[in-house]
Amino acid sequence: MEHRDDMGAKLGMWVFIFTEILLFGGLFLVYAVMRGRYSADFHSAAHHLNAFIGTINTLVLLVSSATVAMSITAVQKGDKRLAVVLLFLTLVCAAVFMVNKYFEWGHKFQIGLYPGSDLMLTMNHGQVMFFSLYFFMTGLHMFHLVVGGIILTIAMIKVNRGTINSTRYVLLENGGLYWHLVDLIWIFLFPLLYLIT
Amino acid sequence: MSTETVHITPYRTYAWVLIALLTFTFLTITVTWIDLSALTVFVALTIATIKAGVVLTYFMHLKFESSLFRVFVIMVLAIYVLVILFTLSDYLFR
Repeated sequence: MEHRDDMGAKLGMWVFIFTEILLFGGLFLVYAVMRGRYSADFHSAAHHLNAFIGTINTLVLLVSSATVAMSITAVQKGDKRLAVVLLFLTLVCAAVFMVNKYFEWGHKFQIGLYPGSDLMLTMNHGQVMFFSLYFFMTGLHMFHLVVGGIILTIAMIKVNRGTINSTRYVLLENGGLYWHLVDLIWIFLFPLLYLIT
Repeated sequence: MSTETVHITPYRTYAWVLIALLTFTFLTITVTWIDLSALTVFVALTIATIKAGVVLTYFMHLKFESSLFRVFVIMVLAIYVLVILFTLSDYLFR
């Protein structure tokens, strides 16, 4: 009889998620204070962000969260094929998000807007603050998205091999929790960065 | 831990949750189009908090987990809210 503790594994994952919440929470706190100080600058700087790409990425992330959640149901019901398809769809969503981000950031870099650029040196302090937070927070979020994508890729392979199955699937559950965290952070990033113009 | 009862959430539930989340997203976008000045941020953050609540409850399974998880999450969020309140009360009223 093997030893395992699925609830313990999930609890461990949640503790990790709490540290992530406090990591991004600190950044949101910086945002709140700086926005209070330089609200006019934040408003004018946010005009440079592409709200359309932001909206598309929000929809893509919400759909991907639903497909991960559904993949767990599929595994629980023993529907291996559907679970793999749903996880693959999630990874497609992640890829769409990354491509959008590539174009979004690429455009900003092209017009010379990136941390430490000459253009940013000509801006006033509040605008520099906004763009620094924008690049750092969306960058850190994107990093989490890549890590989540790797975890879900491993989970997808394991589902396909049958090592994740209807009797043991805690890895997929924890990978899903991580993915929902990525979604959760974006839910707050999107209105605060893209919609405050 | 083998005595845990496994709750299988139907696909239908997740589909409804997704529809709700998408509706809230369009609501946020519409609200920010209408200029409510100072209220805009408040409304946008309220909707974001509702969306986060839905994600935590259904996608992250808090509704179906042991209550221990809910207690932990509420405690962590309470600590974070306290940190926000202390920081902002310092910055806004110094």
